[in-house]
Amino acid sequence: MSAFDLIAMLVKIGVVFGALLLTVAYMTWLERKVIADLQVRIGPMRVGPFGLLQPIADGIKLFFKEDLMPGQVDRTLFLLAPALSIIPALIAFAVIPFGDTTTLFGLLPQPVPLRLTDVNVGVLYVFGITSLGVYGIVLAGWSSNNKYALLGGLRASAQMVSYELSMSLSVVGTLLLTGSLSLVEIVRAQTGIAWWLGVLPVPNWFAFSQPLGFAIFLACALAETNRAPFDLPEAETELVAGFHSEYSSMKFAMFFMAEYANMVTASAMATTLFLGGWLGPIGPSPVWFLGKVFLMLFVFIWVRATLPRFRYDQLMHFGWKVLLPLAFVNTIVTAVFAALGRH
Amino acid sequence: MEVAIFAGMALVAALSGLLVILQRHAVYSALFLIIAMGALAGIYITLEAHFVWAVQVLVYAGAIMVLFVFVIMLLNPPREEPRWAWFDLRRIALAGVLAVVLLGELLLVLVRGHTPGGAPVPPGFGSTEQVGRLLFTDFLFPFEVTSIILLVAIVGAMVLAKGHYGK
Repeated sequence: MSAFDLIAMLVKIGVVFGALLLTVAYMTWLERKVIADLQVRIGPMRVGPFGLLQPIADGIKLFFKEDLMPGQVDRTLFLLAPALSIIPALIAFAVIPFGDTTTLFGLLPQPVPLRLTDVNVGVLYVFGITSLGVYGIVLAGWSSNNKYALLGGLRASAQMVSYELSMSLSVVGTLLLTGSLSLVEIVRAQTGIAWWLGVLPVPNWFAFSQPLGFAIFLACALAETNRAPFDLPEAETELVAGFHSEYSSMKFAMFFMAEYANMVTASAMATTLFLGGWLGPIGPSPVWFLGKVFLMLFVFIWVRATLPRFRYDQLMHFGWKVLLPLAFVNTIVTAVFAALGRH
Repeated sequence: MEVAIFAGMALVAALSGLLVILQRHAVYSALFLIIAMGALAGIYITLEAHFVWAVQVLVYAGAIMVLFVFVIMLLNPPREEPRWAWFDLRRIALAGVLAVVLLGELLLVLVRGHTPGGAPVPPGFGSTEQVGRLLFTDFLFPFEVTSIILLVAIVGAMVLAKGHYGK
C-alpha cells in the first residue's frame, strides 16, 4: 500500500465517520421537524435559524446531565451495554460504497474509489455485524435488573431474530440477479435503463425488478432498527421506556445514537441493494447516494408519523406468517426466472 | 503477522471457552461463548474463508446465541452458589474419561491430518461460489441429512411443547 493510498484511506475513514455522526445528530432535528410538519406543528424553532442548532444543544445537555447508576444493576454489563449497542451500528458502514471514483476535480494524481473497503461478502458482513447490535439492547434490559427493562430486552431479542430471517431472504433475489455478494458489484449491476412491464422506461434498479423484495426489506429494516410501528422494545405506554429505562446522560444518548446510526445504515443498504446506490444520470455520485439515503430516512420518519404500534402477537404473526413466506416466494420466483434467463 | 493473529485469536477462543464454564451466572457464560465464537470467526479470516466467517458471525454469534440469551433471560436463573465437590468420585471419573477421549481424538487428528505447511492456497478458495458449489456437489448428502436432522429436532420440540401446554 503506497503512502497515497494510506492517506486517502485515513481521510476517507475520517470523512465517513464524521458524516455518519453528523447525520445521526441531525436526524434528530429532521425527525422532529418532519413529524411536526406532518402533525401541523412547527417543531424546534428557538435554537438557531429553523432550530438548526437544536441537536448541538441537545448533545451538550446530555453530556452535562448527571450520570446515574442505580443500585440494583449488574455493573459490568450495565456499563458495557451502550458500547455494545453503538459499535456494531458504526462499523457496519465500513463496506457501503457511497460513490464511484473521484479525483476531486482533477486535484488528486489518481482516482480514489469512494468506499472504505469492498469485501466479497459485503452483504453478509453488514447483516452479520448488525445482528450483533441486539446484544447491547438485550444486555441493557437484563443488567438493569428492572422488569420493564427486561421485558424490553426480551422483546428486542425475539423481534430481531424473527425479522432478520425475512430480511436476509428478501435480498436473495437481488443477489441471484447480480451473482455477487459484493456491494460494489450489486450497484454496478443496476446501471442503465430498463423497461418496466415492457412499456415504462425506468432506471435498472432492483426496486423495480424486485418490488416484493424491496417491500419486505423495508418492513424488516423498520423492525430491525426498532422503529415505529415495531418499537415494542421501548413501548413507553407499557414499558416506561423499555430497555433503556434505567439509563441517563451519555449512556442513554449512546442507545439513541445507535438507533439512528442503524437507521442510516439500513437506509444506505436499501439504497445500495435496491435504489442503484450512487448511480445517477448526471453530477457527482456521492450526491446521488446521499439524496437516496435521505429519501429513505424520510420514509422511516414518515412511517413513524403514520402508523400506530403493533401488538406483540401481531408483530410475530406478521414476521413469521406473512413476511417469511412472501420472502420465500420471492426467492423461488426470482430463482426460476434467473435460471430461465441463463439458458 | 498471520501467525500472530492466529495465536491471538486462538488464545482468546481458548480463554473465553474456559471462562464459559467458570462463570457463576449463565448470562456471563453465554457472553463468553459469544466471544469464543467471534474469535473462531477471526481464525476463519486468517484461513481466507470469508464466507465461513460471515456465516459464523451471522448464524452462531448473531442468531443462535441471541436465542440462548433470550432463553436464559426468560428463565432468569439465579446466580449459582459454589458447591465444591472435589471429592465427588463419580464426577471426577466421568470427567477424566471424557478428557482422555478428547485428548486422544486431538492427537489422532494432529498425527494423521498433518499436511506439509506452506502449500499455496488455490485461487478462489473459500469464496461463496466455491463453498456453494461444494455444498451442492460433493457434500450434498451430508448437507441434506443435516437439514433433516434439524427438522426432526424442531418437530420434536413442537411435540414436547404441545404435550406440555396443549389440551
